[in-house]
Amino acid sequence: MKRKIITSLIIIGIVIAILMLLQNTLDNFKLRILNLAGIYVIFAVSMNLINGFTGQLALGHAGFIAVGAYTYTLLVMDSDLKSMNFFLEPIVPFLSSVHWPFLPAVIMGGLLAGLAGLLIGAPVLRLRGDYLAIATLGFGEIIRTVFTNTQSITNGSLGLKAIPMPKSFLFIEMKNAFTWWVWTAVIITVIFHFLLVSSSYGRALKAIREDEKAAEAMGVNIFKHKVWAMVISSFFAGIGGALLASLMTTIDPLMFRFTLTFNILLIVVLGGMGSISGSVISAVVVTILMEWLRFLDQGFMGLPEIPGLRMVVFSTLLLLVVLFYPRGLMGNEELSWNKITKMFQRFHMQPREVRK
Amino acid sequence: MTLQEFLQNFANGISLGSLYALIAIGYTMVYGILRLINFAHGEMIMVAAYIAFYTVFIFSMPWYISFFIAIIITTIVGILVERLAYKPLRSSPRVTILISAIGVSFFLQNLGIVLFTGRPKAFQVPTLFSQVYTIKGVNIVSLTFFIPTITVVLLILLVYVINNTKIGMAMRAVAKDYDTSSLMGIDVNKIISVTFGIGSALAAIGGIMWSMKFPQLTPTMGLMPGLKCFIAAVLGGIGNITGAVVGGFILGLTEILLVAFLPDLSGYRDAFAFILLILILLVKPTGILGEKIAEKV
Repeated sequence: MKRKIITSLIIIGIVIAILMLLQNTLDNFKLRILNLAGIYVIFAVSMNLINGFTGQLALGHAGFIAVGAYTYTLLVMDSDLKSMNFFLEPIVPFLSSVHWPFLPAVIMGGLLAGLAGLLIGAPVLRLRGDYLAIATLGFGEIIRTVFTNTQSITNGSLGLKAIPMPKSFLFIEMKNAFTWWVWTAVIITVIFHFLLVSSSYGRALKAIREDEKAAEAMGVNIFKHKVWAMVISSFFAGIGGALLASLMTTIDPLMFRFTLTFNILLIVVLGGMGSISGSVISAVVVTILMEWLRFLDQGFMGLPEIPGLRMVVFSTLLLLVVLFYPRGLMGNEELSWNKITKMFQRFHMQPREVRK
Repeated sequence: MTLQEFLQNFANGISLGSLYALIAIGYTMVYGILRLINFAHGEMIMVAAYIAFYTVFIFSMPWYISFFIAIIITTIVGILVERLAYKPLRSSPRVTILISAIGVSFFLQNLGIVLFTGRPKAFQVPTLFSQVYTIKGVNIVSLTFFIPTITVVLLILLVYVINNTKIGMAMRAVAKDYDTSSLMGIDVNKIISVTFGIGSALAAIGGIMWSMKFPQLTPTMGLMPGLKCFIAAVLGGIGNITGAVVGGFILGLTEILLVAFLPDLSGYRDAFAFILLILILLVKPTGILGEKIAEKV
């Protein structure tokens, strides 16, 4: 246990050191990708809790992200910005003068998303497998449709623009405060999920994934556990959504279509359902790859400009992984020192064995 | 609301309902055999619509030949999707196949964006389907008659094939018990291909009629109808063909009539189908005509 704490502290230290280095050397565009990668880590890890660890295929993540993003935006904008945005139909009076600081607004976004998770999870988590998938997908779409139609609260399909970014981190003004916020949230999210899944609660979740009936026989309250997993998952999705709104500086309901859920699912599957470290690695790699692959859209090697080719390559990649490597990068195991050393040993051993 | 308006909406609802029914059959047949939500089924609508569009537009073929080609190619695409993306995963957990299905759907949409660009295209409706008749003050496009008629004819044909032919019997056997039917000498893979073929052909016909009813083509046009038709299939009891038809009609009619009676809620039209689905799943998860499936421990 002690060793675990020490290694975790070392890893956190390394992450902070890397961040220090990166935020001083990277240009704005690359910094933005770094932030986006962090946000996707939060999305993927939280989705992995319900989909990978509990084994419930819930596809409503985009809806929870939308709740977080809209809550944050409406709380953090001052009344001038709001009156600028709501030119078609004025905002409802009780929201017009609300003006919260960054951190409380983000947490409120998470809380409301968690509440949405509770309201949605309580009825639909009695369903299983495909039915659960389609019902949660439906709820995600319902949330989006409601946001499109409540003109006086969300500004409807016009969206909200000029969302402010935080300028200070923990009351200290600095240049890249937002990056620090994002990656603090990432570290908290990852540590929380690690502790959660290694607790007795997490073992109960895994038991539900492996065999629901056996878990029930062992005295696990299945329904309660599933709903809690959903609430926690949607809470972190909401936090991520708030950060996403802040990063994008503009949101509209079309951002939160099923495609967003699908992108996150893709990250989770690539990283391995039921592996937090897998999700982290895959979220960072996928986000960077998505940007790097942009050259495909802009024309390369004499090919003309083909918009959308990037996504074709991407979905092909996903299909290939699902077909030939369904366990993903890490399967349901975690990255550990033992495994890394073993892997190196294996590489080292192979030639010798061949010689024999 | 006057009687004329009501009749107009009713006719509209019937034709939308028959479209839903036609596409829902594909979902329900595949689910009956593989227990898989074929997410890529909605994309067959898009594939068929674009092929019909381009064969008319570029090769200036007469519409019946172009529709025929569209149906054939879509059927082949449907069978190919099963062969390439679902068959290798036959023994994997169902979640993996479901993710693969979502992947195929996403792939086809993006391929559509690359091949056809994201710009909406206007579908040219043949004059046979676009004539307007006025009966006692009710304006009805001939398409509104054609859609239910074609649906009913195809349904009778399908029910006949399933109940009275050897291949239909094999399909019923595979749906009942996958393993036992393969022990009885049924070529399960062939039956699955045939099922996907029939489902895709029906989706293609539905898709062509869909694009005549809503003549605007985009690469993501299949997503919403696909989801709604799946809802229709669940509504009627998934795995049951009559159920899919009943579900399709109920969904189409209620959707149109809801918008007609409560125009304020028309923005929530897409959400309505999902609310209906969730209610059905909570109250009677097996759907209206579905039978209770005992879960094996």
